[in-house]
Amino acid sequence: MIDKLNNKKTKSSMNILLIILFASIIILLDTDTIGDNYIRRVLNLSAIYTIVSVSMNLVNGFTGLFSLGQAGFMAIGAYTVAIFTVPLAERAKIFYVVPQNPVLAQIELPFAAALILGGLLAALVAILIGIPVLRLKRDYLAIATLGFSEIIRIVLTNAKSISNGALGIKSIPVMPTMWVFFGVAILSVALIWLLINSSYGRAFKAIREDEVAAEAMGINLFKHKVMSFAIGAFFAGIGGGLLASLLATVDPKQFYFTVTYSFLLIIVLGGMGSISGTVIASFVVTAGLEVLRFFDDPLTLFGIDIPIFRPGFRMVIFSLLLMILVLFFRNGLLGQKELSWKLILDRLKRNKRTGKGGTAQ
Amino acid sequence: MSILKINNVTMQFGGVTAVNNLNIEVQEGKIEALIGPNGAGKTTAFNIITGVYSPTKGNVIYKGENITGLTPDKITKKGIARTFQNIRLFKNLTVLDNILIANHLRINSGFLSCTLRLPWSNREERHMLEKSEMLLDKLGLLGLKNEIAHSLPYGEQRRLEIARALATDAKLLLLDEPAAGMNPSETMELSSFIHTIRDEFKLTIFMIEHHMDLVMEISEKIYVLDFGQLIAEGSANEVKNDHRVIEAYLGVEEDA
Repeated sequence: MIDKLNNKKTKSSMNILLIILFASIIILLDTDTIGDNYIRRVLNLSAIYTIVSVSMNLVNGFTGLFSLGQAGFMAIGAYTVAIFTVPLAERAKIFYVVPQNPVLAQIELPFAAALILGGLLAALVAILIGIPVLRLKRDYLAIATLGFSEIIRIVLTNAKSISNGALGIKSIPVMPTMWVFFGVAILSVALIWLLINSSYGRAFKAIREDEVAAEAMGINLFKHKVMSFAIGAFFAGIGGGLLASLLATVDPKQFYFTVTYSFLLIIVLGGMGSISGTVIASFVVTAGLEVLRFFDDPLTLFGIDIPIFRPGFRMVIFSLLLMILVLFFRNGLLGQKELSWKLILDRLKRNKRTGKGGTAQ
Repeated sequence: MSILKINNVTMQFGGVTAVNNLNIEVQEGKIEALIGPNGAGKTTAFNIITGVYSPTKGNVIYKGENITGLTPDKITKKGIARTFQNIRLFKNLTVLDNILIANHLRINSGFLSCTLRLPWSNREERHMLEKSEMLLDKLGLLGLKNEIAHSLPYGEQRRLEIARALATDAKLLLLDEPAAGMNPSETMELSSFIHTIRDEFKLTIFMIEHHMDLVMEISEKIYVLDFGQLIAEGSANEVKNDHRVIEAYLGVEEDA
């Protein structure tokens, strides 16, 4: 039966089926037929995490640059959306300590324009940072990008007439439909996928595999590293912009460098160098953290209070799960492979041969 | 006509002189070799030609143009490509991808048109693919195009590395110990392979090699390096009988 499934026609009809299923779930959620605000919010957050994680995977997993600057680039995108989309009438109320910069105070942009501008600004900053920093390699690069990400955050905390400092910016218009988040996520992932499977993507992979050989084959290392870094920052900026619109508020604390670790976690879990793995891991990790909230509530079993069920316990469970995953799936969920019907069917076939179920190696 | 000229090149690393006042002139269309004992500075000389190191003194002229101090990628664009002493393929990528990557340096489309699959970049991609498959076919690797590079047998990895260098449209091919780790029959095969590609692609080949039988058989001119110094140059026979070369390889005979 599995062999029957393994032909082109069934595969494409299965794909269409999946797309219809996906679209109808979103429509049902969107029209309030199923789910509630909480579920919608978690799913939207997952979509945002998908964008940022895939962009980080482009830099870390496909180009082999150990960069930890994602939180900073997200902050740039988020603040751009916040600064330019808050209605003019609300501005004075928000900037009540230090008045907003008079030029910025007169500009209001539509959400889409502010979102793209945020991405572009993040990319521009990435180019400026990349010129000195991308000469470094491995852990040195990680430390330098982490440092720059913190600099961005601290600048935002202190440039009060632009960012309103530690008070943050509130009243950011909220998007009415999940399609904004999922649409942008699908578009971003598709664009990054197309890039990776183009000649430039191959050059990125060559740099990851062997810098010396890549350069000897005529690839300008610096140019391609800056390119990958800036494109990664662009999409992180887009993700940040969407986050601002989802939460309706931004403040510098949201972009503390620990945020970057969530994305690092997602790409390691999904597989460095696998886009589909990253998408799956984004949803699993974001939703998983919510599901595990169960462990944060006090639990009484047969009249006895279980003492370890208290706030914070879910992070213990989460970390344990992670350790198990990393121990048994060293290359993450998919390694450098992409999810496809062929991969699933091959695995099913293998499991059938080795008896029922059986674990993947 | 000489295609590559190394003029009075000296390379010092701190107090160590790896290459001292080297003069080499590689003739176009020839197969020439650089030999010498371990640590003589052969790979350093290659690294200077390909731009990995910038020489302390002297210059490198390729087709009448001074290429000293250019970065490796620029030098490859000019038409010099190399292989490495210890194979440096893009290990986890397919054979075809390895070749396609070597085509990237001549790309005209920008990353945006490539990402958006605009018609002209699609045309370019198709052209790259055809060119790569043709090259693989000529070198007898087409059947392996979807294999992962590191899964190939050793001899084939060597050949793939040469193929990858050729894919950059190189006119001068630098081979750093192409026969390293090969058994005698593989070495013989390699020797005819080098001849074939030289004639087929109208190349000039300059190589470092330790297998003397291979060097003596195919090189039209041999340079011998010892302690960074050129001690002999000439045809296989001339070099073989040069007493300084014998000394460098076998040591000086001492009277008892």
